[in-house]
Amino acid sequence: MFKLENVIFKDILNIEKIELDKNLVTAILGSSGGGKTTFLKLLNNMITADQGEIFYKDKNIESYDPVALRREVVMLPQDPEIFKGTIRDNFKITEEIADNGISKNLNYKELLEKVSLSQNLSDNAENLSGGEKQRLALARVMLLEPEVLLLDEPSSSLDKKTEEKIIQMVVDYVRENKRTLIMVTHSPEIAEKFADRIINIEAGRITD
Amino acid sequence: MENDIINIQLLQLVFAYIFVLILLFIVKQKEIGHKGEILLASVRMTIQLVAVGFILEYVFANQNPYYSILILLIMEIFAIYNIYGRVDSEISKKMKGIIAGSMFLGTSISIFFFVLIVVGLDPWFRADYFIPLSGMLIGNSMTGISLGVNHLIDGFKDNKALIENYLMLGAEPETAVKEISNRAFYNAVLPTINSMMGMGIVFLPGMMTGQILAGASPVIAIKYQIAIMMGILGSVTLTVFFMVNRGARTFFNSRKQLKI
Repeated sequence: MFKLENVIFKDILNIEKIELDKNLVTAILGSSGGGKTTFLKLLNNMITADQGEIFYKDKNIESYDPVALRREVVMLPQDPEIFKGTIRDNFKITEEIADNGISKNLNYKELLEKVSLSQNLSDNAENLSGGEKQRLALARVMLLEPEVLLLDEPSSSLDKKTEEKIIQMVVDYVRENKRTLIMVTHSPEIAEKFADRIINIEAGRITD
Repeated sequence: MENDIINIQLLQLVFAYIFVLILLFIVKQKEIGHKGEILLASVRMTIQLVAVGFILEYVFANQNPYYSILILLIMEIFAIYNIYGRVDSEISKKMKGIIAGSMFLGTSISIFFFVLIVVGLDPWFRADYFIPLSGMLIGNSMTGISLGVNHLIDGFKDNKALIENYLMLGAEPETAVKEISNRAFYNAVLPTINSMMGMGIVFLPGMMTGQILAGASPVIAIKYQIAIMMGILGSVTLTVFFMVNRGARTFFNSRKQLKI
């Protein structure tokens, strides 16, 4: 699905060659500051490599309209920002972003339950705790039903029990709906338990 | 009612400078600083106004469309450089171009609409009307656009993570910055709206005061004041709208990536 060849981004990332397959759960491990987030941002076209080429579905990423690509390959950052207003507003804004491209397979309340949030849709989203905000942001991503989910430490603010539950839910969703998940995680246990493939990035290079 | 204008004698004018001395005294006593700036502002104002006085005397006596347009251009250029100076952050070349373009376009539309349709000036270049009216529209647009640029830049800096979040979800840049652009626009237009709120009750506007002092009937002065306030509102609205609309795009590259 993704192929990176001789990709260099500043002195942060230097990847000779890697391929990431479709419909798999890929976990990315590595020390902080090693280039994991940069790696995801390159795939979401939030940044452009200084050198080298990135292919998505066998076409150079540069040949895609960046917005169309980001609607297929959605990224959730580590500290997601919550939109102003209620939880419902957060979903509505996300729908507007997708420009009516949402199939409506999932309703708002179901999504909240999936990410283990018991709040009402009319509750102010800004009053949620850090972990709850992270889960709401994950629910927003799932509302978009993207082909590829790029999650940057999606469970960093969660306790171990909730973390496993949430990751399990995302992985189940990805497998059931034949999606692709590329997830940065700090936890080797999470990676071992859920991922089909583990990639280690240290000091900007893939170590295995 | 006497319509004679009281001509201030030079010696009397000198007394007006006592107010500057009062400010300088306070600033010195309280160790507030900026004495040089106050002095420079007073001297600059005096020189600029004396020069303008003589130039206007000449232009009014020799009505000519080229003079009116030339003075309009000079005012525009000064206003644009003033805006560049008033922006707290460094602004890109592209943004500078957009500021200049927005000022020219927004003020020109408003000025010509105002003098031709609202005032019905004939000939349109009658300098004793064209120049002061243009000056008021340009001056207020300059303040509006300065505020707008500052709010736009601050909005982008303060909300970088939020904008990136929008983009990561597949939002168009325009959607991602909609709230920031709208806030910058509102904050730039707000002082004009506020001054309209207080006008006539909290203060008597300068133009109206000037006309009354020059002997015009307060009713005529009020009609002009209402018209000019609408003109100012229109000019500020157009210039800031053009600037915010085009300016927000300069923060993104061709790959719709945030550049800051």
